[in-house]
Amino acid sequence: MALLQLIARRLIQLAGVLLGISIVTFLLLHMAPGDPARLLAGDRASAETIAVIRSQYGLDLPLWRQFLTYLMNLFAGDIGQSLRFQRPVSQLIQQFMWPTLFLTVYVVCLAVPPTVALAIMSARKPGGTADQVIRLIGIAGLTIPVFWLGIMMSRLFGVSLGWFPVSGYGVGISEHLHHLFLPALSTAIWLVPVLTQSLRAALIEKTTADFVTAARAQGASEREIFWRTILPNAVLPTLNLLGVMVAFMIGGAIIVETIYAVPGLGTLMIGALLGRDYYVVQGLTLVFAMSTVLVTLAVDLLTAFIDPRVRL
Amino acid sequence: MANASTLPEAAPPVRGMTLSMMVAMAILGGWLFLALTGPLIAPHEPDAIDIMNMLSPPSAEHWFGTDQVGRDIFSRVLFASRVDLFLCVIGVLPPLLIGTTIGLLSGYFGGVVDSLFMRVYDLTVAFPFFVLVLAIVGVLGPGLVNFIIALTLVGWVSYARLVRAEVLTIRESEYIQAAKCLGYPPVAILTRHVLPNAIGPIIAYAVSDAVLVMLAGASFGFLGMGAQPPLAEWGVMIADGQAFVQQAWWICLFPGLAAISLGLGFAFLGDGLGQMQRRQATA
Repeated sequence: MALLQLIARRLIQLAGVLLGISIVTFLLLHMAPGDPARLLAGDRASAETIAVIRSQYGLDLPLWRQFLTYLMNLFAGDIGQSLRFQRPVSQLIQQFMWPTLFLTVYVVCLAVPPTVALAIMSARKPGGTADQVIRLIGIAGLTIPVFWLGIMMSRLFGVSLGWFPVSGYGVGISEHLHHLFLPALSTAIWLVPVLTQSLRAALIEKTTADFVTAARAQGASEREIFWRTILPNAVLPTLNLLGVMVAFMIGGAIIVETIYAVPGLGTLMIGALLGRDYYVVQGLTLVFAMSTVLVTLAVDLLTAFIDPRVRL
Repeated sequence: MANASTLPEAAPPVRGMTLSMMVAMAILGGWLFLALTGPLIAPHEPDAIDIMNMLSPPSAEHWFGTDQVGRDIFSRVLFASRVDLFLCVIGVLPPLLIGTTIGLLSGYFGGVVDSLFMRVYDLTVAFPFFVLVLAIVGVLGPGLVNFIIALTLVGWVSYARLVRAEVLTIRESEYIQAAKCLGYPPVAILTRHVLPNAIGPIIAYAVSDAVLVMLAGASFGFLGMGAQPPLAEWGVMIADGQAFVQQAWWICLFPGLAAISLGLGFAFLGDGLGQMQRRQATA
């Protein structure tokens, strides 16, 4: 069956990319000028501490041996040990991932409906007034620094008006929704222009497709063509948007979580970077890349499942 | 020799600039002017501490107010424009040059180099852009220089991918076949015939990249991973003001507006270039 073949092919590709990702994250620690042991131990460490760390982490072995060890550890689910927390990175990620996941789903819920609406409005009449206005708003939206928007919104809606809490995560779903509203909104405002542009392009491409001409030749009205021919064909591009969104959202989440003090993976990442907790940086980079790749894969497979043409 | 009438007509020169282009020129020209003349027109020293005038709101003396140690925000925004404008140029050029070179070679010669490049591309886009740059800067150490290095290490692949795609179509065109038959060396073909025909999309992409670089630079400054205080940079200034935003909103507001306006300049430039290219294509 074609679908199974596709899945098999994609899984083989996936293995290659995952190996590549692990090589990059491994080399990340060795990119630093000087000795990785010194990097891990910190600036003020004594020579003995550095020597202990070097042998403890196997940093005195040849590079390829170190990489093999790293790879074996990855297979065993061990992505390193935080020097600052003295805990496995995987444990830290399990602890900090929920706010980030919640925020991600929240952003998708806030960003997708306006994106679809705006893209349809502009694509119905390319070059028309609505299209021009939406394009201008999109240009403006793209240039707003998301951290600045976050600070300004927390000042206005959080502090001045007191409508929303400006930090933390809360307990229970309703508090999560309340606490994460401003973070999710700031991310969504920044994301919607990017997504609208790509969906608009996909929709306009469909308006010139042969099946639209065929429908028109059969005497379908323009309204009918738009809602019954073009729009169903735009479902797949929208689905693909989700794949594009993930990488953007992870970047956005890092900044937004820092501003609103959300105890998520982004906050963990920035804390690790500033505290020079390099195994956490390495582990998080690996996890972020793997999530991006897996979401893209899921979207591709779902596309193939919905659309038989992709399977060929 | 083909009959002259069968030759495609040369696109007529585009008459007049589009509105986007004019807005872009005004904004970017304005910022360039302010950045160059900043030290002359700034009413105060950007780093002068004035304890008597801490957190004072916008006034005739301090147009944009002062920050928590009494530094004049207006002067600092002006001085910071030098850093951020410089960042846009220096953050775009190295990836552009490296990426274009590799894209040209990879697209034109194909073979091992090309498949190697495609693997590197697949791998790089597997990482969220911001995360990879952040991780590299984290390992190399915070600072503007390392930010540019990380940006170059990650950013060149997008340029190379774009150029490669252009080269793949240009490579098959008749004028390249003709140049090959005439015995031109590959270097001459690439620089004189392939590159000039691929330059439009490269420039368009570079302009949109400038917005991203500026925003990334400010974000890194904000997170403490880019420009380091006390250097005036818009992101650093916003980070400085964050703790005081309740009493003194002006510390954060004005650097952000400055960043948005510079970003708008580049965004409109990209929009205008796109319109002109489309006009040329349809003319």
